[in-house]
Amino acid sequence: MRGAFISTLIELAKSDEKIFLLTGDLGFSVSEGFRDEFPKRFLNAGVAEQNMIGVATGLALSGKIVFVYSIIPFVTMRCLEQLRNDICMHNMNVKIIGVGAGLHYGSAGPSHHAIEDIGVLRSMPDMVIVSPATAQDTYDAVEFAIEHQGPVYIRLGKSCDSVECPRQTDRSIQKAVLLEQGDDVTIISTGTILSVAEQVTEILKDNRVAVRLINMRTIKPIDAEAISKAATETKAIFTIEEHNVIGGLGSAVSEVLAELSCRVLFRRFALPDRFIEDVGDRKYLIEKSGLGADQIAEAVLAKLNNTAADRLIKEQVFEPMLQVTSGAKTNTPKWPNRDNKKKIH
Amino acid sequence: MQTNRFDHLRKISIDIRRSVVRMHTRANSSHVGSALSCVDILVALFFEIMKSKQKCGNGDRFILSKGHAVSALYATLAKSGFYSERLLEEYCVDGGRLPGHAKANCVAGIEVSTGSLGHGLSIGLGMALAARHDKYDYRIFVLLSDGECDEGSIWEAALFASHHKLDNVVGIVDYNKLQAFGRTNEVLNLEPLADKWRAFGWSVKEIDGHDFGQILCTLESVPFAKDRPSVVIAHTIKGKGVSFMEDQLAWHYKSPNQSELQTALRELTWA
Repeated sequence: MRGAFISTLIELAKSDEKIFLLTGDLGFSVSEGFRDEFPKRFLNAGVAEQNMIGVATGLALSGKIVFVYSIIPFVTMRCLEQLRNDICMHNMNVKIIGVGAGLHYGSAGPSHHAIEDIGVLRSMPDMVIVSPATAQDTYDAVEFAIEHQGPVYIRLGKSCDSVECPRQTDRSIQKAVLLEQGDDVTIISTGTILSVAEQVTEILKDNRVAVRLINMRTIKPIDAEAISKAATETKAIFTIEEHNVIGGLGSAVSEVLAELSCRVLFRRFALPDRFIEDVGDRKYLIEKSGLGADQIAEAVLAKLNNTAADRLIKEQVFEPMLQVTSGAKTNTPKWPNRDNKKKIH
Repeated sequence: MQTNRFDHLRKISIDIRRSVVRMHTRANSSHVGSALSCVDILVALFFEIMKSKQKCGNGDRFILSKGHAVSALYATLAKSGFYSERLLEEYCVDGGRLPGHAKANCVAGIEVSTGSLGHGLSIGLGMALAARHDKYDYRIFVLLSDGECDEGSIWEAALFASHHKLDNVVGIVDYNKLQAFGRTNEVLNLEPLADKWRAFGWSVKEIDGHDFGQILCTLESVPFAKDRPSVVIAHTIKGKGVSFMEDQLAWHYKSPNQSELQTALRELTWA
């Protein structure tokens, strides 16, 4: 994913001399290609992120398109006021590239986890937040960031573990991408944890649940139309994200849902609102947090299987996230015969 | 000859200080002392040092990093013809166009929003890099407060500027020795301030920030050394020009009432 970012940037920088890349002393084995090809437009600003963002602002005020690169907590929260006052208040052409979405730096510990960034940046006026899941998304995100006049935050993982999407015909990064067209339930995901959402989708399909799978590539501004359609055309919406349950994709989706006139079963699958002290790699920590595909599928099916649909609405809208700790492949109950389903709304 | 030239600038300074105290009285706003402290530096910059380059597209840049002193900048810009002095009546009043901290493009001549301390120098460095990259010869003047030098970001910027040999950047520290809640040497001692800047690779000059001879002579000689950023430590007096405000912490916050305004205006005249 980092590779997709840098190769895209190198490709686009060949034809646009305004493009600069600044790094906060990170990007070893990633950004050398850009540095070697455009040495006058590459700068290692050192471990000094506040200054880096100010410098990026000064360059942007002078007509440059500036990409700043670091691990997410350092390039977002360490220099948060610079993002706010320097970049957003001036609506600058500065593009923040954060690496290590969610638990990609799992074993590095909670200092390196990125679970608050979307929530923090979503409240910042003029900030666009893009969360690519694939190499293709990353390409589209960088291309969009260059065209867009103003700040863009691109939240990258490290590697892409999602099945590669074909190139979209409508490649607007601001539009949600429908990966599955089912009409029983909707799963909305974002970023590299989309691969888990894809596995959940497969499990649900095996259980005769038709899934509408949405890759929400842009979190702000969010594609409210896609959410609204899902709320009217499917019977339940589940969000899956690698971020604190507060403030991220699920919050953004719930804000749209709360203002709709229709009601729909809704549940967020996200990281719990606490620092993750457990030691382990990303996969281990994700499963420990209840975000493994089997765990989510099991929780979804359990919900759906309680099926008296009217009861579902009464009891479970906005119920706190279920903490699933048990193993996965229990006897997952089957969704009742689709012909007999009650309509939820 | 020189004396006449400085008298002209002194008269301009008096006019600007009169505008500043009126603005703060009308708006009942804070930081009148901080504004009066840097008037002479602003006058030197806008009426002499940057003047020849202001009008062309790639003229010298100015950043008021101590954005809370913006009333002095508004008045200076008006006096030097950027806009009508009547606009100053819109400072910090309901529906007005001039906020209490510098806001980019609220009027002609202000390119950078400031107000939170420790931001302006880094932005200036980005402009300096762009100037060098694009082969322009404009300079970037950044006016800092002394309390602002408490911010770590200032020292990140200080490291960066000398590392990249940005000799088109000029920092000016308005060193009036009073910050928001006390004397700088009691709150968080900056001394030895000049040595600190030198240690960070800057060439440093110390001046009386109210003496036009020293201000002009110093700013005309930038960069002080090739390939090094320059910083001027300007020793100033908070509230300069109004006897009862001078060197008084309270005037970081208070605004003059009508009676105090009249007293101030009586003092701010060309004797």
